[in-house]
Amino acid sequence: MAKHRFEVSFFPGVTIIAMTTFLALYIPVLILVINAFNGGETASSWEGASLRWFTAAFENEAFRRAAYNSLLVASIAAILSTTFATMAAMAVTRGRPFKGQGGIFVIINQPLLVPEIVFAIALMIVLSQIKQATGYQGLGYIIAAHTTFCIPFAFLPIRARLSGMDLTLETAAMDLYASRFYTFRRVTLPLLAPGILAGFMLAFVVSLDNVVVSSLVKSPGQETLPTYLMSELRRNLTSEIYAISALLLFASISVVAASGLLTRTRN
Amino acid sequence: MIVLLSILPLFIMVAYSFMTAGQYGGVTSGFSLDGWIAVFFERDFFDDSLIPATAHLTILGRSVGLAFATTLLTALFGIPTAWFIATRHPSARAFWMFLITVPFWTNLLVRTIAIQEVIRADGTINRALMGLGLIDEPLQMMFTNGAVLLGMTYVFLPLMVLPVYSAIERFDFRLAEAAYDLYASRFHCLRKVVLPLMWPGIVAGSILVFIPALGAYVTPRLMGGGRAMMWGNLIDLQFGQGRNWPLGAALSITLTLVVLVALVWYARRDARGERADG
Repeated sequence: MAKHRFEVSFFPGVTIIAMTTFLALYIPVLILVINAFNGGETASSWEGASLRWFTAAFENEAFRRAAYNSLLVASIAAILSTTFATMAAMAVTRGRPFKGQGGIFVIINQPLLVPEIVFAIALMIVLSQIKQATGYQGLGYIIAAHTTFCIPFAFLPIRARLSGMDLTLETAAMDLYASRFYTFRRVTLPLLAPGILAGFMLAFVVSLDNVVVSSLVKSPGQETLPTYLMSELRRNLTSEIYAISALLLFASISVVAASGLLTRTRN
Repeated sequence: MIVLLSILPLFIMVAYSFMTAGQYGGVTSGFSLDGWIAVFFERDFFDDSLIPATAHLTILGRSVGLAFATTLLTALFGIPTAWFIATRHPSARAFWMFLITVPFWTNLLVRTIAIQEVIRADGTINRALMGLGLIDEPLQMMFTNGAVLLGMTYVFLPLMVLPVYSAIERFDFRLAEAAYDLYASRFHCLRKVVLPLMWPGIVAGSILVFIPALGAYVTPRLMGGGRAMMWGNLIDLQFGQGRNWPLGAALSITLTLVVLVALVWYARRDARGERADG
């Protein structure tokens, strides 16, 4: 930068620290991905690029079951939490002040109010009683738990979209004697769709990533991908772990990038 | 039902903290303050008198200390980074912000594995140093307070950058220009003009980092193991091998209360700031 020009937004050292931060954020992840593609028996020496650890993972029955569980839980939890979040967002931005608003506030802020480990153990206590009483051991518990903590993440983009929307279209529809429900279905919902989709994707990623709640709520023998990783880590760091980590990484990055593109092009 | 699922468990925690510990985990009915007493004191092995529970208190102290240190480190790196992004050309900002949000949304466990790989005994740093012949034995960096601090800083950094960035983005640089026109030095401009206007963002970022750092579970477990345990791991231990559910419940309630106090402090401060602005 030329000396005679004085830049107000310039502070010495800022660029160096920022570059250090970006490198520090990405180098470890990059090393992990490189390890995943290492053809050698262990990560300690590079023996050419190969997909052998990805193949090994997919041939592993336990991994496949965990991946299936993860996708199933994330899909159902994301659908349910997006539905609740849409209703909550409609109630908050469109409805008159009502009695349950305190409840909505609690749900939306719950992940910030209650430390995750506390929430997870409290749920474990309650659900283990229900498990004993009913004998049901399925994925339903994990799905219910994930739905609860995914709602806030689905809520944010939906409410942002709703409060930015023009009310005149809805008013016009109702002026033309459309019922409330018909207006919602034919006017509000189509306009809201990008927000709902973004909310769905974020909820999906949050559910896919969760390890603490899943590992405490799951029944014996049940695994999701993160809990499977966690239990494998206890044994040893193998190249297969890097491959599974890399897969999870790609999954979240692509979903987040898609949801980012979606909200950006529509704005 | 969802409301129930999100807060009912907390009431059960409160109830459990006042009950008697069962022999094989769980609780038995009967009111007892043992759980709460055990947070701070333990019975002396010989004469049964109450002495401070140094093991717990060390862990609680470490948690608070490490959470503060994490907040400080993320601020040290996060604020300049946010400044850097906010002063780029508007079209470039989206790209840099994307680089910050991607780690934010990627798996916490995977990111912890990544940073663990760098410093573990057979990891990148040790292999590089040994390859260069600088050391003969791998450095023991894992399972220390420093390892937990490094891991949490790595994992929580985006949470600091995001709010600070939105504060700087709204900053009107004409104000800084005016300060310089009036012969303010860089330092004075920073202290008297820039910092006060950035402050709400920095406080928001600190809260967003401090709260999850204090209750962190996954990162300290992988980076600290049994030697550098934190509050969340201690709670988990009481419900697992420790088989002292009332103590675990009391520790949980204490942690939740600390978080609530921090949030209430922040909310009131925020409300006051808004009134002062308006």
